[in-house]
Amino acid sequence: MAVLVIADHDNASLKDSTHKTVTAAQGLSGDIDLLVAGQNAKAAAEAAAKIAGVRKVLLAESAELGQGLAEAFQDLVVPLMGGYDAVLTPATSQGKNLSPRIAAKLDVAQISDVIEVIDASTFVHPIYAGNALETVQSSDGKKVITVRPTAFKAAAEGGSAAVETLAAPAAPAKTRFVDQQLVKSARPELAGAKIVVSGGRALGSAEEFQKVIEPLADKLGAAVGASRAAVDAGYAPNDYQVGQTGKVVAPELYVAVGISGAIQHLAGMKDSKVIVAINKDPDAPIFQVADYGLVADYKTAVPELMAALG
Amino acid sequence: MKVLVPVKRVIDYNVKARVKPDQSGVDLANVKMSMNPFDEISVEEAVRLKEKGVVSEIVAISVGPSQAQETLRTALAMGADRAILVNAEAQDLEPLAVAKVLKAIVAEENPEVVIVGKQAIDGDNNAVGQMLAALLDWPQATFASAVEIAGGKAKVTREVDGGLQTLEVDLPAVITVDLRLNEPRYASLPNIMKAKKKPLDVKELASLGADTAPRLKVLKVTEPPKRAGGVKVETAADLVMKLKNEAGVL
Repeated sequence: MAVLVIADHDNASLKDSTHKTVTAAQGLSGDIDLLVAGQNAKAAAEAAAKIAGVRKVLLAESAELGQGLAEAFQDLVVPLMGGYDAVLTPATSQGKNLSPRIAAKLDVAQISDVIEVIDASTFVHPIYAGNALETVQSSDGKKVITVRPTAFKAAAEGGSAAVETLAAPAAPAKTRFVDQQLVKSARPELAGAKIVVSGGRALGSAEEFQKVIEPLADKLGAAVGASRAAVDAGYAPNDYQVGQTGKVVAPELYVAVGISGAIQHLAGMKDSKVIVAINKDPDAPIFQVADYGLVADYKTAVPELMAALG
Repeated sequence: MKVLVPVKRVIDYNVKARVKPDQSGVDLANVKMSMNPFDEISVEEAVRLKEKGVVSEIVAISVGPSQAQETLRTALAMGADRAILVNAEAQDLEPLAVAKVLKAIVAEENPEVVIVGKQAIDGDNNAVGQMLAALLDWPQATFASAVEIAGGKAKVTREVDGGLQTLEVDLPAVITVDLRLNEPRYASLPNIMKAKKKPLDVKELASLGADTAPRLKVLKVTEPPKRAGGVKVETAADLVMKLKNEAGVL
């Protein structure tokens, strides 16, 4: 059996979700090749070659692959699948964008957001906002899988796989990249951060969110997250959203400030190791999942917390 | 310009799903069902495009049980012009099967754009729109937070890892919508009454000739491990002490 893993990277370096997806791929018991598709992505390919247990790294480069166009990934990956029994992609927004296209072209199901690999055809994945876990067995000849990175440990370094360059497919005829606005931040990336500080609707404004949540995050060396309500209200950018339809995080420490704990928010953070909730409503559902609850107005609690952290 | 809007009848987003004791699935008996929230956003977007004069006809479609007619009536009350129910005995076709059914409907209806929710909140698969685009060889613009359609093209701003990306796709195309695209309207009573008179065709799944055989066998559905209840702390200083000494995370 041979398994292809599509790497998550920013051309210069690999994202941790790639290492975790490699661990998921190991559960299929086969040779693992890593595909690094991007633009000027040699450095990411070299990093991929260092992951232990990787047979080889495939590098494909074009402007459209760098822009993450799903059509370009389809044209690159589908012809490769003659040599593979499965393709795994981290369930990031990019993975979710491209993987179903590959599945449909191969005429196979996609198994979404896998959290456990039982064997090469049996997988567990969450449904209904994580309120149920479904174990499915696939009868398809090839498996197309997206992997929830937080459910797997990162594969170790120490490999020295060869890097093979592939020809990039022609540019998609009907899709063009216009531009992008990426949030620049010196903070750790939300999806892989060890500590996450999230703010909710109680913050009341974007100014307050920045004044309260961001300094606390910086003090803890944490990434910043937000509830859907806070993002919808414009207090925080969309990229901060933690939940069923946003990012799924599982840090060592998750601090929820002024978040009530709607089902769809809990779906994105309830696998965190330690959860702290600060909310002035003692009946807020967030306290049902919190290891440590502080019933207090964030306006007084957060400054006190900052002071206690020294 | 005609737009096709697929809608799904799912458990209401305010209801917590409960696993059946025999682990065969989620208990949907006597549970409130509603239109998938992302599909409400796609219907709303289609209606706004019609109000702007960009779209001339909105066809809502659902693939599901006969009760999905209620979901389609909601779409009609929001402003869709007509509706199609593809009557599927099995309540839950897999995303690939739904995409194949939609492909067959696209062949009959010839829409210039399909606008669909990025995921249904039951299966959480986030797959149908992308699969449909692939089967049709159409371009896709997923996770839309802004859509402009003009001159045979759609300019779509997408919510991606790290921020926003804007793509331009030639029509026909599939657009999947994210939460920030719009705020769906509530259907007014007069519109709900009018919706009852709008055409709703029922087609049998078998008549479309799509291969909808399941590829996945559900072995079991279980509850996730529960978190043990935590403790309340009195002060911020207490909290920091416990995080340092008890939890060991600081």
